[in-house]
Amino acid sequence: MDRLLNVTTGVSIVLLLMVLISIRRAHIRVEYSVTWLLAAMAMLILSRARPLLDAVRTTLKLPDTPLALFLFAGTVFLVVFFRFSIIISHLRDDNVALAQRLAILEHRLHGLESHEG
Amino acid sequence: MKPASGPDSLLVIVPAFNEEGAIAAVVRSVHEVLPQVPVLVIDDCSLDNTVSIARSAGAEILPLPHHLGLGGCVQAGYKLAYELGFEYVIRVDGDGQHDARDIPRVLERLRESGCEMVIGCRVATEDGWRTHWVRSLGSWFFRLVLRPILGKNVSDPTSGFVGVNRRALALFRSSFPLEYPEIEALVVLQRRRFRFEEVPCKMRERMAGRSTLNGMKPIYYIVHVLLGVLVNVLRYERRFHQAPKGE
Repeated sequence: MDRLLNVTTGVSIVLLLMVLISIRRAHIRVEYSVTWLLAAMAMLILSRARPLLDAVRTTLKLPDTPLALFLFAGTVFLVVFFRFSIIISHLRDDNVALAQRLAILEHRLHGLESHEG
Repeated sequence: MKPASGPDSLLVIVPAFNEEGAIAAVVRSVHEVLPQVPVLVIDDCSLDNTVSIARSAGAEILPLPHHLGLGGCVQAGYKLAYELGFEYVIRVDGDGQHDARDIPRVLERLRESGCEMVIGCRVATEDGWRTHWVRSLGSWFFRLVLRPILGKNVSDPTSGFVGVNRRALALFRSSFPLEYPEIEALVVLQRRRFRFEEVPCKMRERMAGRSTLNGMKPIYYIVHVLLGVLVNVLRYERRFHQAPKGE
């Protein structure tokens, strides 16, 4: 159990560092890093605060403590992926609209140029 | 392309992706039937010579900066047609399956009925064209699904031979399915209480190329379209009460 919690702590710290380094190098925008930072922080706190983890297990009526931790981690990742799906969908819509607008403006510009020429 | 002239202005649009084998014949056949009508080929980033061949055949070209898929491609044509003031737009496929001689009948029905969309529905012809049994099965399935949603039968919901008027253009330029547009577009129309009618049209074998619906894609198509239909039905309230931008 302790070994599992130690591994989780390590993974959380690595995740936290990766996100922070990515922000510093501008590989990830701050607004999209918040979810990951919160998730890594929460996992770090839960893995280091055994009474808190036990309280979560009792509240959710789970058979054992590691399950509570993994359930939390799984839920966080599902939420993050869902959030990113929404962002990607918006970006796709914007991208299509921009591509169409660009094509139409180019077409009309060529029309004007050939009319003047 | 010049802006539309006259209250009955018509634009024929041809979405095309790698259609160099058929596009010239498609453009010329439309010009033979309707010499005064502009033909706009919307090129979805073809990797072959579709653009140059279509231009040589006398078409106007709307080249998209990157591949958008059929729905995005058709919507770009609708947007341009709306901005240029066209009253009617008829879409024919770039593979040569649609007979340009049917365009006047679709246009006539659009004008006479006043409905927002006319579908050129494919019928078996005496000269041998019959739809593939898998497509027939899919078409039958979607007819069954669409019947209660549309409140009427639609005999060929997957046909790409479609005419729309300006009211439908105003709607589709702000709300149009991006990947497989035909079936979802019917639901989008119905949510606005817009009407559609069908005109039987001849179909031919494609002149060149192959269908994009091959391998496992028909399964993806069915799931995607069913989901799209469901989403459009659920969006009913918002769509019905919110006018398209610029309307």
